[in-house]
Amino acid sequence: MNETPAIELRKINKRFGQVHANKDIDLVVKKGSIHGIIGENGAGKSTLMSILYGFYHADEGDILVNGNKVTISDSKAAIGMGIGMVHQHFMLVDNFSVLENVVLGAEDSQLLAGGLDRARTELKRLEEEYELRVDPDALIEDLPVGLQQRVEILKALYRSAEVLILDEPTGVLTPAEADHLFKILDVLKKEGKTVLLITHKLREIMAATDMVSVMRRGEMVATRETKNTSMEELAELMVGRSVLLRVDKAPAVPKAPVMEVDNLTVTDSRGVQVVKDVSFSVRAGEIVGIAGVSGNGQSELLETLSGIRRATKGTLKIHGETIDLGTSSLDAADMRAKNMGHVPEDRHRMGLINSFSEYENSILGYHRDPAYSKGVLMDLGAIKKAAVEEIEKYDIRPPNPLLKTASFSGGNQQKIVLAREIERDPEILLVGQPTRGVDIGAIEFIHRRIVELRDAGKGILLVSVELDEIRALSDRVLVMFDGKIVGERGANAEEGELGLLMAGVEDSQLTVEGGVQ
Amino acid sequence: MSAGQLPRWVDLGLIPFLNLAAAFLVSGLVVVLIGENPLEAVKILVWGSLGYGEGIGFTLFYATNFIFTGLAVAVAFQAGLFNIGGEGQAYVGGLGVAFACLALDHYVPWYVTLPFAILGSALMGAAWAFIPAWLQATRGSHVVITTIMFNFIAASFMGYLLINVMKKPGSMQSETRTFEDGGRLPFLNDIFPSFGFGYAPVNLSFFVALAACVLVWLLIWRTKLGYEIRAFGQNATAAVYAGMPPVRIIVVTMLISGGLAGMMAINEIMGSQHRLLSDFVTGYGFVGIAVALMGRAHPVGIVFAAILFGMLYQGGAELSFEMPSITRDMIIVIQALVILFAGALEHMFRPTIVRLFTPSRALETKEA
Amino acid sequence: MYEIFSEQILILDSAIRLSVPLLLACLAGLYSERAGVVDIGLEGKMLGAAFGAGAVAYVTGNAWLGLLAGIAVSVALALIHGFASITNRGNQIVSGVAINFLAAGLTAVLGQYWFSRGGKTPPLTDGGRFPEIDFPFAEQMMDVPVLGLIYSELLSGHRLLVYIAFLAVPLTWWILFRTRFGLRLRAVGESPAAVDTAGISVSWLRYRAVIACGILCGFAGSYLSIAISSGFGLNMTAGKGFIALAALIFAKWRPVSAMYTCLLFGYLEAFAINYEGKEIYLIGEVPSQFFQALPYILTVILLAGFIGKAIPPKAAGVPYLKERS
Repeated sequence: MNETPAIELRKINKRFGQVHANKDIDLVVKKGSIHGIIGENGAGKSTLMSILYGFYHADEGDILVNGNKVTISDSKAAIGMGIGMVHQHFMLVDNFSVLENVVLGAEDSQLLAGGLDRARTELKRLEEEYELRVDPDALIEDLPVGLQQRVEILKALYRSAEVLILDEPTGVLTPAEADHLFKILDVLKKEGKTVLLITHKLREIMAATDMVSVMRRGEMVATRETKNTSMEELAELMVGRSVLLRVDKAPAVPKAPVMEVDNLTVTDSRGVQVVKDVSFSVRAGEIVGIAGVSGNGQSELLETLSGIRRATKGTLKIHGETIDLGTSSLDAADMRAKNMGHVPEDRHRMGLINSFSEYENSILGYHRDPAYSKGVLMDLGAIKKAAVEEIEKYDIRPPNPLLKTASFSGGNQQKIVLAREIERDPEILLVGQPTRGVDIGAIEFIHRRIVELRDAGKGILLVSVELDEIRALSDRVLVMFDGKIVGERGANAEEGELGLLMAGVEDSQLTVEGGVQ
Repeated sequence: MSAGQLPRWVDLGLIPFLNLAAAFLVSGLVVVLIGENPLEAVKILVWGSLGYGEGIGFTLFYATNFIFTGLAVAVAFQAGLFNIGGEGQAYVGGLGVAFACLALDHYVPWYVTLPFAILGSALMGAAWAFIPAWLQATRGSHVVITTIMFNFIAASFMGYLLINVMKKPGSMQSETRTFEDGGRLPFLNDIFPSFGFGYAPVNLSFFVALAACVLVWLLIWRTKLGYEIRAFGQNATAAVYAGMPPVRIIVVTMLISGGLAGMMAINEIMGSQHRLLSDFVTGYGFVGIAVALMGRAHPVGIVFAAILFGMLYQGGAELSFEMPSITRDMIIVIQALVILFAGALEHMFRPTIVRLFTPSRALETKEA
Repeated sequence: MYEIFSEQILILDSAIRLSVPLLLACLAGLYSERAGVVDIGLEGKMLGAAFGAGAVAYVTGNAWLGLLAGIAVSVALALIHGFASITNRGNQIVSGVAINFLAAGLTAVLGQYWFSRGGKTPPLTDGGRFPEIDFPFAEQMMDVPVLGLIYSELLSGHRLLVYIAFLAVPLTWWILFRTRFGLRLRAVGESPAAVDTAGISVSWLRYRAVIACGILCGFAGSYLSIAISSGFGLNMTAGKGFIALAALIFAKWRPVSAMYTCLLFGYLEAFAINYEGKEIYLIGEVPSQFFQALPYILTVILLAGFIGKAIPPKAAGVPYLKERS
């Protein structure tokens, strides 16, 4: 037990402008172990690993490799210290062969031929030693993602990595591919390598690691031996108990469905099915929450329903009209015309144009409304007037409609989007991550507005990765995992149970205690 | 990088000023290299372009061209598109002007011809931008490359028409017949003799250009289409979220841009040359890039930048007369340096400025 | 029959001469764009080089010094482009436009200042120009049917830079696909992040590519002023840099295809010159402007994806930003 750790981090700090991405991080990774680091998106895991790989530089703190204090100035230095990394987004050249990708940066000499030959022999050896079979002459773009990942691992091993960092390695893998990956990691461990596994999936931590450290909001909150902890404990540590959300609301009085989705399947640009045969309905006067770890198809579901993304197949019944989403060419403007509001998950990328002023953003998507036109010109007076009203009603600060939205705080930006979408009096409101990066005061305000809208008899579909938020707001909870709806619970859904469903534990394995209405 | 937000006057005033100053400083060095006194050169340049009526007239004449081509580049910029094909669009736009003038000049006065000339030039310019626009919108072929290609195709196409189809019978020049009065815009010297524009070809299309500025301003900042164009240019994802169709925005923006470039021909063909001739664009389309960059893609900025470049063109001519060792090509050098410093190197001074401003502001708050 | 053959040989011979500047500039662009730096300033670099070469060759009477000067000017312009687009992460198109103007303006201003001939350099003396190289027995072989004409007219009698240009094709191919530099260069144009995480400096790699581009443009420009002509003339590139750019796209950024494309474009030009005002067998008279426009039209059709698809290097034109802001 007294062996020198493979990696030790002491008081690592990293800031990006205002964001404190890593706060006083301490971490000890034992040699020959698989060490998991778990945390929600944005908890600072990837930043920490990028520091270890020399991609970013820590503002403060020490890094020790094999007990020696080191400075990792760039990736080259990290490679030299035997640290290899498999990035979340693969760092591969798509139109290169496997062999070329493996030798890139480790070519031996000015001429390629020698290096390529050595790599070919070495790959054969690695293939036998670790059961990592890949055709060295295949082009990366022709390989399935599972094999591409294998190339990333081979790249690291070819550079004699002793410590291998894998950043969210299963995000793009099928469950079978993921299982295979864990077998490979086991073999690596037996060969004496150290593995750092970054993930937000509890199941993987339990299945694959020896030790686990939990990160939350840039801090390292706990380290446990995997066998001495449980998914429940980890989930609790990940989400944190500090903020207990409570929203006062009367029980829902749902009426007729305002939106029915049937057999919806969505395929992304890479050809991967991201939403798989999903069916559900939202009734007037209820909030339906979609819980799930991010990246399980919720974003694509929202984008499809709001008209931004095309579906492969499926129907949407709305206001008595049945739309075949597989063939329709409805865009976001058409969906708005059907009284559907949409607060997108990412307000910077989608919900706002940050170089536009507040009042210009207050009509984004509704700019064709005749109320804002005077002949061919836009009626700026009317737009500003409406914006000022929204600013007052939603207490948006500073109360200046001429200011660019970039200069508002996160909470106020979100209020601008929310005001825009709610004040158009939609029958259905799609809401994604309504309180991401929003301060506590604004969270309460936003939640209250959403409940008010429900009480006014509107149907609301809420997507959030914050389990607390889902539980505080929803009248009904659907859990999405791997593109499917894997479970449904009522308003009083138990957190632990939802957590397990979100982690991919099947509903049938859980003791059903009448959650479904 | 973007650690500090800069005050507005620094962003819109100081940094563009520094960029421009750097461009002129380097230009001054070239003048010194040639063994001339740069301050003397500036004096001649300013006098030559603004010092007397005829000089001003020439300055405004060139500025008219630059307003049109600058607006063309600016409108495309607003949608995040780089229309580098103003040269070709203006050239083909000449065809529209010539059609109107050749068809009507015998029968009607100029003010009847003018609307047709405007329409014709805009239509032809837009038509020349259409294929690049369509390919960008539907097939993702980069509009920069296709518009460059279309500049050269325009040169061959117009060369062919002027030599083989539209040439005045019996002439050796590749040009059409000279328009009658019905195809000639009045010179401003004839309208406002008291300004003393003399033989300067500045003509009524200067006002057409100013009107175009107002219309572009209205279009971009006061109409739904303009709102969509700007939204698409600033954040294409958000534009799709808002239900704006990208294909339509790209095509329509490029048509407007091409139309504006085409309208440059009104000034040259109907306003000054009074005949369609080969190579009348001579780089004005490209200068539009510099004008749009300097004018920050805003009509007001473009008017100022166009006048500045008009001064360079006119003052440069004067300069080459007074200082024979400095040829008119010096204008092109200055233009290149403006594009370089105000465009490609626009962020060069930024980190330094940010550093200069951040600690000083921090100090202020401490003292306060 | 033999007349048509010999006519074609002569056209081909001039096609080779005309394709050389295109080829050199095209290969130049290939290095730059394969590394992810879009370069529409080939024209300007060529023009700058033509001037530098013409001026120095005239002053020194030495073609080699002229060539060196041409390369130096071109590399200097390439470094400006690199500084703007790599170090300052500026817009590469804007920077290219600036380079083109800068070259057009400076060559004219300095040319007039130094030589007072309206921007031209004075005609070169013999030593200032690369001579034609006659292959052994070229004269004697002339009379051998078919082969003789090919040997003596088509292959022999070009200037040194012509042979260098065609040797640059296999050399470029070899560098690109057989050396470490080439592997990294291709990688940085596709995925700079992959190169960066492999511990290689993206900036330095791109700078080297831009310098290689400058060197080849230097050859291209020098060819115009001190090989095929005797001295620099105002704007003597006349759009060749843009045809080279079109050829680069048409060749899908591949060196051997680049050679064929440049030969094709050169042939179109030679053909047009030869048949100016003459009837073409079975077709009749075709306006020469059609041939001038053909390279651009073909490139547009290719860009539209109607004959294969021209997919540029993935990272072309995108400045590489490592740290998130």
